[in-house]
Amino acid sequence: MELLNKRTLEENIFKILMMISISIVVGSLIIIVALVIINGGPALTLELLTQTSSGEFYLGAGGGGILNAILGSLLLALPATGLACIIGIAIALYLQKDFTHPWVAGFVRFSLDILWGIPSIIYGVFCFLIMIYLGMSASVLVGIIALTLLEIPIITRYMDESIKLVPIGLKEGAYSLGSTKFETAVKVVPRQALPGILAGILLGLGRGIGDAASILFTAGFTNRIPSSLFDSTAALPTMIFQLSTSSLPIVRQKASATALVLLLIVFTISILSRTLSKRYMKYVIK
Amino acid sequence: MSTECRIQIETKNLNVSFHGHHVLRNIDIKIPAKKLTAIIGPSGCGKTTLLKSFNRLLEIQDDVKISGQILVDGKNILAPRLDVPDIRKKMGLLSQKPYPLPMSIHDNVAYGLRIHSNKNKGEIESTVEHCLQEVGLWNEVKGRLHDPASRLSVGQQQRLCLARAIAVEPEVVLCDEPTSALDPLAAQQIEKLLLKLKKDYTVVLVTHTLRQAKRVADHVIFLYFGMVIEQGPADEFFNNPKNPETKAYLSGEIS
Repeated sequence: MELLNKRTLEENIFKILMMISISIVVGSLIIIVALVIINGGPALTLELLTQTSSGEFYLGAGGGGILNAILGSLLLALPATGLACIIGIAIALYLQKDFTHPWVAGFVRFSLDILWGIPSIIYGVFCFLIMIYLGMSASVLVGIIALTLLEIPIITRYMDESIKLVPIGLKEGAYSLGSTKFETAVKVVPRQALPGILAGILLGLGRGIGDAASILFTAGFTNRIPSSLFDSTAALPTMIFQLSTSSLPIVRQKASATALVLLLIVFTISILSRTLSKRYMKYVIK
Repeated sequence: MSTECRIQIETKNLNVSFHGHHVLRNIDIKIPAKKLTAIIGPSGCGKTTLLKSFNRLLEIQDDVKISGQILVDGKNILAPRLDVPDIRKKMGLLSQKPYPLPMSIHDNVAYGLRIHSNKNKGEIESTVEHCLQEVGLWNEVKGRLHDPASRLSVGQQQRLCLARAIAVEPEVVLCDEPTSALDPLAAQQIEKLLLKLKKDYTVVLVTHTLRQAKRVADHVIFLYFGMVIEQGPADEFFNNPKNPETKAYLSGEIS
């Protein structure tokens, strides 16, 4: 009886610990979102969304919005995610037993995990140095490259893990119909692994669109909407950085509004891709 | 085995090992064409390994060593520089648990057609219908051909796998305990189909139920601990086994 009590107590303590951990995470999320809405909500006007920023914008005199940063962020993060997906799926498919020796795969996975852990500022500096060496200046193109490098490890490892879970029987089925490795890897395996692949893409996009450090030096900052790949551009994270360092409360409010826009964009993309993945999820063989 | 019977698959001194574990030892067997050959034996005796060596599916696992010869229609498929997909195309596969492709019912059958032939849309449609009819699935699915294959019952999925296999016109159908995951009714349907198929195809059936082998087999190969103990026509094998181990297995003394 006493033993049972001790074990029940143990279980209850464990339950309480779990609840505390969950509350810390969920609580922080709620507080962040609430703060962003409370601080930024009033500044989220139509003007903010539809105009580019002018000089006075940073001085609190109104005069413009963050359209250049919104477009800049999309111009940087979407192509970067696209590129990272293409490179990532190729690596992820190659890492499977069908194509390469497990020893090689293990080494590549290890490298990707290390790359994943590298702070984004390092990617920024790395691309910055190459940019200087090539005599280029901060631009959309260099920003895209920096973000692509940042996103590749995340997207690849996610895809890799979900592709690894594709049952061998399914591959055997495709092979026994006379599929080549390539046909199986391109036409069959990704369909089965789709939910995990999409999750990886989303995570990569989320990291890319929210990252400031890697584009700080590489994409630059400007008040204009970029008209070519070689123009520098503002982005939402760098805009938040610019605005929140202001001494004027009204400008810091705009920083919160910008953060709110960033949150909404990530939220929308996530909803969109979830709806999209539901359409294909039904084909997955359990 | 009567002399007029063509040999579809023949192995000569086939040895297979996984991770240094010797699974198949000196296998010499002959599988007659357009007959149903059952490979029987207790669990873990190498039946599935033997079956999957016929279409070189073992190679997708790592650390496999295969030596010897496997002659399909007289040609050694283990010879170097062969087109492996081409070898596999000649051998349909039914696995223990059905794995339809993650596509619609229609595309499951059309997949093989699309990668191998340049049939036009109309020809593909008629082949898909024909194959689904062959396996008795057409009437059950004709109204929902574009539904995901994952929504079919397990028995239907197994028949769909058979349909997609015969769509690429193989010569051999390899079956790895295809009824073990099915309910008795669905299992019976598959058995009937296999009996029907052996008119046009060479069927190789791995099974661990003796009764199933007795019901359907024309020819039997008995494996025990990775070795062929006895092989021959089913009548002879079941009624007049020569080897003492076969006798013991048939009487249920070893399993």
